Amino acid sequence: MITNFFEGMGAYVLLMTKVFRRPDRWKLFVRSLVHEIRILGLDSISIVVILSVFMGAVVTIQTAFQLSDDPLIPTYYIAMATRESITLEFSPTVVSLILAGKVGSNIASSLGTMRVSEQIDALEIMGVNSASFLILPKVAALLLFNPVLIILSLFLGLWGGAMAGDLLGLVPFEESIMGYRLEYIVFENAIYGLIKATAFAFIIGSVSAYSGYSVKGGAVEVGIASTNAVVRSCLAIILANYLLTDLILTR
Amino acid sequence: MIQAKGIVKSFGENHVLKGIDVDFVQGQTNLIIGRSGSGKTVFLKTILGLFDPDQGAIHYGDEVLGEMTKARRKTLRQEIGMVFQGGALFDSMTVAENIRFPLEMFAAMTEQEKDERVKFVMDRVRLEGAGDKFPSEISGGMQKRVAIGRAISMNPKYLFCDEPNSGLDPETAIVIDQLIQELTHEFNMTTIVNTHDMNSVLEIGDHVIFMKEGHKVWEGTNSEVLGSTNADVEDYVFKSKLFKQVRQAFRK
Repeated sequence: MITNFFEGMGAYVLLMTKVFRRPDRWKLFVRSLVHEIRILGLDSISIVVILSVFMGAVVTIQTAFQLSDDPLIPTYYIAMATRESITLEFSPTVVSLILAGKVGSNIASSLGTMRVSEQIDALEIMGVNSASFLILPKVAALLLFNPVLIILSLFLGLWGGAMAGDLLGLVPFEESIMGYRLEYIVFENAIYGLIKATAFAFIIGSVSAYSGYSVKGGAVEVGIASTNAVVRSCLAIILANYLLTDLILTR
Repeated sequence: MIQAKGIVKSFGENHVLKGIDVDFVQGQTNLIIGRSGSGKTVFLKTILGLFDPDQGAIHYGDEVLGEMTKARRKTLRQEIGMVFQGGALFDSMTVAENIRFPLEMFAAMTEQEKDERVKFVMDRVRLEGAGDKFPSEISGGMQKRVAIGRAISMNPKYLFCDEPNSGLDPETAIVIDQLIQELTHEFNMTTIVNTHDMNSVLEIGDHVIFMKEGHKVWEGTNSEVLGSTNADVEDYVFKSKLFKQVRQAFRK
């Protein structure tokens, strides 16, 4: 098992050295990039919207449930705690985990299908660097668009929290806004999340692409690769989340 | 011309190719035939440079494949057209885009020249009017013609076909065979076809190589196949009743 892990890591690194090469044709690269932004990014907006609004609402309700027993705690502190949870953890990490499922399986299954139907071999025989041609636009699209999705998620999560607090009579909307602005630190509450979003985007794109690109066999193996892509991406995100949190917030 | 000289290839203890010498003639359809497991596919992939031979060398004209620089190998690949068994068409692209793809990647042409080349190729492989269709919307025979069109769009010197007739009805298979032979003669390409199909052998086999257990055991023309007294060839070719009758008629 350990040998397999290190063999897999080695193959992943070798694949990445093939991926990050100058594209043969910039025109085709830009065309693929726009296509991937639509498939991997724009098509994910709806799930991010729904997830973020309800996630914000649930965080507000749970925080209020914990703090509302103490009359000495101002209600806008509920909003402040909600903001910390959403900006530090929920939006960057949870949304990335959900995207690892949606986008990761898409990347792995599309590349796996191309592998088993010999489309990747066809590219190689033509003299095209298939790894760079197929994977680079996907990784670049995620690196560009995942932070956009996370910013969207941050705003919608906070909005969902404020709305739920107001509708349920837990925190008036104005106090939520006040709490969100209280002791706001740009680096901790915004930049940190975007750093994580960018790192997770790379993990989702590259790990899923590796799982799909290295498929051997047929339709069953493509299905297995798709599952592996999601599992590996999620595990890598959780590990990276711990490392980034330790590196950025505690040092 | 492509020459294979003393090609030996093993995978661990599995000795697949055991010293093969063949000259593939330019302007002719060279067919490699043999049973499953005889080493045909490994031989084809070795000629293509996808496998490096353990011993021996592949010559493309005056150049040895194994001694070429990376840059030269890349340009050589642009002189090669390949038709895969399953077509290997890019299913996210239309028929016209598939044929245009190699031109977009490598050709120093204006957009108008590319348009004209795509139209010429589509006419040549009889795909007029199918340019906007996706591979999933066309028949197996048409998919093979698209694959041939994509393979010849860069006007290659060398054309490789791996089982081009598999999965096709006999009538369509003959159309594909004839198309490969016509294009080979018309563009003076060195064409190598890997096949099990005896109809193809008799129809277009300008030069036939019979392989068995990693050896080349016979070579000749399609008309010589029917008169061959080689026991291995007879055993392979005349297994079916139909071909036994063909041989009897041929010998009368």
